[in-house]
Amino acid sequence: MEHHYPIKRIIDNQGFLVDESLEKQIDEQLVKDLYYHMLRIRTFDRKAINLQRQGRLGTYAPLEGQEAAQVGSSLALSPADWVFPTYRDHGATITFGKSMMRTFLYWNGRVEGCVAPGNRNIFPPAVPIATQLPHAAGAAWAEKKRGTQNIAIAYFGDGATSEGDFHEGLNFASVLKLPVVFFNQNNGYAISVPIEKQMNSATIAQKSVAYGIPGVRIDGNDCFAVYFETKNAFEHARSGNGPTLIEAVTWRKGAHTTADDPSKYRPEKQGEDIVDPLIRLELFMKNYGYWNEDWIQATKERTSSEVEAAVEEMEKFPPPNVEDVFDHVYAEMPAQLADQKEAYLDYLGRQ
Amino acid sequence: MAQMKELSQKNETTKQLTLIQAINEAMRLMLEEDERTIILGEDIGKNGGVFRATEGLQEAFGDDRVVDTPLSEAGIIGTSIGLAVNGFRPVAEIQFLGFIYPAYEQIMTHVSRIRMRSMSRFTVPMVIRAPYGAGIRAPEIHSDSTEILFTHMPGIKVVCPSNPYDAKGLLIAAMEDPDPVLVLEPMKNYRAKKEAVPVGKYTVEIGKGKIVREGTDVTLIAWGAMISIAEKAAEQVEKKGISCEIIDLRTLYPIDRDMIAESVQKTTRAVIIHEAHNTGGLGNDIVSIINDTSFLYLRAPIERVTGFDVPVPFFTLEEHYLPTPARVVEGIEKVVHF
Repeated sequence: MEHHYPIKRIIDNQGFLVDESLEKQIDEQLVKDLYYHMLRIRTFDRKAINLQRQGRLGTYAPLEGQEAAQVGSSLALSPADWVFPTYRDHGATITFGKSMMRTFLYWNGRVEGCVAPGNRNIFPPAVPIATQLPHAAGAAWAEKKRGTQNIAIAYFGDGATSEGDFHEGLNFASVLKLPVVFFNQNNGYAISVPIEKQMNSATIAQKSVAYGIPGVRIDGNDCFAVYFETKNAFEHARSGNGPTLIEAVTWRKGAHTTADDPSKYRPEKQGEDIVDPLIRLELFMKNYGYWNEDWIQATKERTSSEVEAAVEEMEKFPPPNVEDVFDHVYAEMPAQLADQKEAYLDYLGRQ
Repeated sequence: MAQMKELSQKNETTKQLTLIQAINEAMRLMLEEDERTIILGEDIGKNGGVFRATEGLQEAFGDDRVVDTPLSEAGIIGTSIGLAVNGFRPVAEIQFLGFIYPAYEQIMTHVSRIRMRSMSRFTVPMVIRAPYGAGIRAPEIHSDSTEILFTHMPGIKVVCPSNPYDAKGLLIAAMEDPDPVLVLEPMKNYRAKKEAVPVGKYTVEIGKGKIVREGTDVTLIAWGAMISIAEKAAEQVEKKGISCEIIDLRTLYPIDRDMIAESVQKTTRAVIIHEAHNTGGLGNDIVSIINDTSFLYLRAPIERVTGFDVPVPFFTLEEHYLPTPARVVEGIEKVVHF
């Protein structure tokens, strides 16, 4: 089965185009956008881990190693599209337009961190596994019913393919031919369980056969392959041809979360041969004349100061409001809940 | 009687309908009125639903508004979430409440929580309809009455009409509610009787019970298929000089606490009847409401007549599981003669 789903690449590990004819697809703006966003979320990610270590952030799910998969796919979106992320996809949501400050807030136990900007349809991250796939299908269904060109993307990991909702989401979307792209990041491990213990299939992409939809297997560390293949799948969906299953083969460099220790379950040297997606892009830039030391330096400074500003903003954010515990459960608060709120606020007032 | 009064005040034309026909009417009316309405579920289109709740709707409104879905409860609820956050008003049918459990995660984790998690940026104004309850000699697993799994869930409302008038009014109210509503439909009452139901649009307010029988000695609190059981018991004890007031709760969350308190403070006694299992049943919440509001009015401990802490039995034994008028009579006599 694996040979039916060869891994698609545009650049190799040394940053050379696998097919020189592909160069014409790539323009400078795209290269700069990919680099800027990948660097930006890496800076964010490393900062978040540091903040967690310093006790300034709660438990955090790192995404290092998956920048190409997340940035490539989200850069291919249009502003009115729908994004259904997991808790490890803030690289994608930040790139799509979620603020870094809000994302920090999320990891600091603040519900405000789930709130996407009004002009971006970004769902709060799915914390249970695979439940967001049917949501994405439903949102795409609404777009199809309205006859728009908008699509939905559902992000999910390799472990999610073992869940029932993976099947229910793909099945619904394929039967109803919905404009949705199921974007899998196969990062090798679901917490501690490796992919070969997760499934008997050689690839995730081949699961598309069961639904009669296209399945694409891409090098998830090749930002160009991710960008162009995702864009193709989006176009397929926008043109009314239904869903696509994309398997982006990538690697979770770090731990599952800051509370996890991968040395317990991952062989010591595993993953060392995988070329970092950002380094691959840098090599490409050097190989093809996109490398501009001044711009790189400016971009590094820009991303660092953006992240620092977001941290500062997060730490200055007003303290949590206890009324928020009660106020967003129903449109109109039921009397029993209003009583509970009032009694609790009275209690606090007496303290 | 109160409802006939409401009708005559409105001076509306009515039709004699069964509960299931009233449900159908509500959906037909909303499909006509609100183009955001979409009905989805298993066998609800061409077949009109296994109970015929959606009979004729696909023919009238097309298969993109009345949709036969894959056999996929989590998929039905999961896609309804996506439809609802993106501007539609889905009404999802789960064929039997006993089959809702694959979708439980979607309801518990997302339907009920997305408003809170997004600070009201995303909401899911959707309706889940599910036939529930025993007493129709259905195959096993088709007879569950697990409303408590949903009344315990913050973020969703649960209603349960016992009669055609309330069924139409509550379903329309649910379809217009800004929050998700689970509508539990007592299968046993689907075709039990016909009554006059207004032809036009009306709503029954969610969160309000109804006194279906006025009395002075004891308050019977029930809903759904247990209303007729309570009524039969009340008729039997009337001959012995005991006057029962019956509250049809109609909404299981948020419960009409005021109506319960007012009635129990008048009658000073209460019997709660539900077909759900005893432990953790909604009856316990009602006991708590009476405790909180009316403890000093009580002349007897509150009695509960409920299903047992067993899976609903196969149908040859289900009559032993369900509360019967005779068991309710015993409960009434116990509190009256305490």
